[in-house]
Amino acid sequence: MAADTLLKVEGVETFYGNIRALAGVDVEVKKGEIVSLIGANGAGKSTLMMTICGSPQARHGSVIFDGQDITRMPTHEIARLRIAQSPEGRRIFPRMTVYENLQMGASLDNQKFFQEDVEKMFTLFPRLKERQFQRGGTLSGGEQQMLAIARALMARPKLLMLDEPSLGLAPLVSKQIFAAIKLLNVEQGLTVFLVEQNAFAALKLSHRAYVLVNGSITMSGSGAELLANPEVRAAYLEGGAH
Amino acid sequence: MASVTNPSTVSTGSPTGKALREATFTAVMTFLMFALFIGLKTDQNMRNELILVPRWGMLAILVVLAFVGRFAMVAWLQPWRAASKAAKAEAPTVDEEAGFVKRNFSKLAILALVLYPPIILALFGAQGSLKYIDNFGIQILIYVMLAWGLNIVVGLAGLLDLGYVAFYAVGAYSYALLSINFGFSFWILLPLAGILSAFWGIILGFPVLRLKGDYLAIVTLAFGEIIRLVLINWQDVTKGTFGISGIPKITLFGIPFDASPNGFAKIFHLAPSSAYYKVFLFYLILLLCLLTAFVTIRLRRLPIGRAWEALREDEIACRSLGINTVTTKLTAFAIGAMFGGFAGSFFAARQGFVSPESFVFLESAVILSIVVLGGMGSLTGIAIAAIAMVGGTELLREMDFLKAVFGPDFTPELYRMLIFGLAMITMMLVRPRGFVGSREPTAFLFERKNVSGSFTKEGHG
Ligand SMILES: Nc1ncnc2c1ncn2[C@@H]1O[C@H](COP(=O)(O)OP(=O)(O)OP(=O)(O)O)[C@@H](O)[C@H]1O
Ligand SMILES: [Mg+2]
Repeated sequence: MAADTLLKVEGVETFYGNIRALAGVDVEVKKGEIVSLIGANGAGKSTLMMTICGSPQARHGSVIFDGQDITRMPTHEIARLRIAQSPEGRRIFPRMTVYENLQMGASLDNQKFFQEDVEKMFTLFPRLKERQFQRGGTLSGGEQQMLAIARALMARPKLLMLDEPSLGLAPLVSKQIFAAIKLLNVEQGLTVFLVEQNAFAALKLSHRAYVLVNGSITMSGSGAELLANPEVRAAYLEGGAH
Repeated sequence: MASVTNPSTVSTGSPTGKALREATFTAVMTFLMFALFIGLKTDQNMRNELILVPRWGMLAILVVLAFVGRFAMVAWLQPWRAASKAAKAEAPTVDEEAGFVKRNFSKLAILALVLYPPIILALFGAQGSLKYIDNFGIQILIYVMLAWGLNIVVGLAGLLDLGYVAFYAVGAYSYALLSINFGFSFWILLPLAGILSAFWGIILGFPVLRLKGDYLAIVTLAFGEIIRLVLINWQDVTKGTFGISGIPKITLFGIPFDASPNGFAKIFHLAPSSAYYKVFLFYLILLLCLLTAFVTIRLRRLPIGRAWEALREDEIACRSLGINTVTTKLTAFAIGAMFGGFAGSFFAARQGFVSPESFVFLESAVILSIVVLGGMGSLTGIAIAAIAMVGGTELLREMDFLKAVFGPDFTPELYRMLIFGLAMITMMLVRPRGFVGSREPTAFLFERKNVSGSFTKEGHG
């Protein structure tokens, strides 16, 4: 594994009004890694992901991406540094076609690679090719999730952040999604930062993982370590899918 | 609707019986509802006392209308719609059949508009054609242009703007004031009015950047009113409610449309008539409309246009895709306002007179209703809606025969808003997404053929 740090989150505190959602979070993602973040509902996982993207901005602490301090940067400029995000709830553009959604993902890049990249997405998710002229809002939940990931990938990201990619998907479909993530990582060395409720699948997939509880990181380690950890098992894996 | 009525039609046997019953019920409801509103009118007699004037005749007309309307709907319209629906379901319509008109609709429409003035002139002569070219032609086209301009803000970028008329006013007053005080010609002031309006669009845009939906609507509404109040109260410059008159006419490359020796009629050896100016104005506003449409269509395919549409759909997603939502919103306001300004300066030149009266909230409401009726984003739909709403108003003015029915005091155009309201409600029930309700994708215009190919192969995937 390459040792270069791609993303470094240090002592980040994020507030919603007076409520502190993140209480000094430290997270590091190295180039070529899949890192996942697990935690209970309301722990602050989505907040951390959004804070990295600058909306909301961290009140204290810093976010360093590729050697550059992005803590106070506006969201759209952060995105232009090639941090692509598939936010919670997918947020695809419902009245635009699948094809147009993909175009939106590529809009910051020069359009040179567009055709090539679209083809790649269609190979990765053949379902999207069948549906390319269908409106986003009429896709099934799983197809929308594929579209959200594909749209994020269209920016040729250095870092791909996915918030709950398996949300609301049938086990088989979420398996496909995880397989796709793994494939991108292995074949293209894509760095992935992943938030997941499905802790078992996430830990199995990841090189490393963090556990977030009430806005603080309580545990971290390799995916295998955390999978074996009795506390993690008790809190996040009991009764889960194995 | 049909699915509800169908079983009951079957159970009662005859649709006529059912229609009779429903029509009677409707008539009774109409009677009860309007007995006090229409049937009795309060009036003052010679001694300034309040008296009740019965108007049973008018009430009876309404009740009969309601009865006949409901009867026709249940007895004929509903079975007909059910039948046509069933027929459609049986035989899937082949699109290529109805293709030619549909495919070339906009070209045919433009051709018809270009030919409109000469045809009307030939039919009604120079004097008789004024009404058709001015009231039905120019008037409607102004609204088409305004609605297309507002469509950029509301239909594409999804920013609900209730104060659009403010930019219309800025454009109109810019032309009026600058041409009277400095003698600039229309051709210089047209772009200038557009720029000034765009500037005010940005001024409005800044404070409302963080607002959405209803809050945005209220602030834009206030903005429209502020501009109007400034026009009323800044009397030194705008002459307040008196308005500005004597605004210079537009010239054709320096050739004025008047009876002077170097006027248009003399130069081209034509009989003097005011019709030429009207025809000229007609073509001018037609050109401005086409410019608006052209720019809108082009912008939709460019990154900025797609950013507008993405912004309407999901702001957070936009930001995380690297779209600067601030500049995106501001350009939508600015470009929408610019077309409002163009239309405004044309309006001022055509009327020769502007006053704050022309820029009340109702105008914004009418323009917005045209956009909504037309289907938010569809240029064709909006043009149809403008023809229906503005043309409808003009038609109402023509309906003198209604006076014979409702008495000599009856002025049909006063019922304009009532009819608008009814039309809106009907539209929203029948076609909730407007005349042309589906957004046309911009992305695959050159790949249509691939589409059908990939769709037929769907089974293999
Ligand atoms: N916009 C907001 N305003 C106020 N509080 C918020 C806002 N967004 C999130 N919160 C609060 O911040 C805390 C963390 O929320 P967050 O969405 O990050 O949780 P999460 O870990 O992603 O949970 P889940 O697994 O349910 O998605 C929660 O207590 C939530 O109520
Ligand atoms: Mg979350």
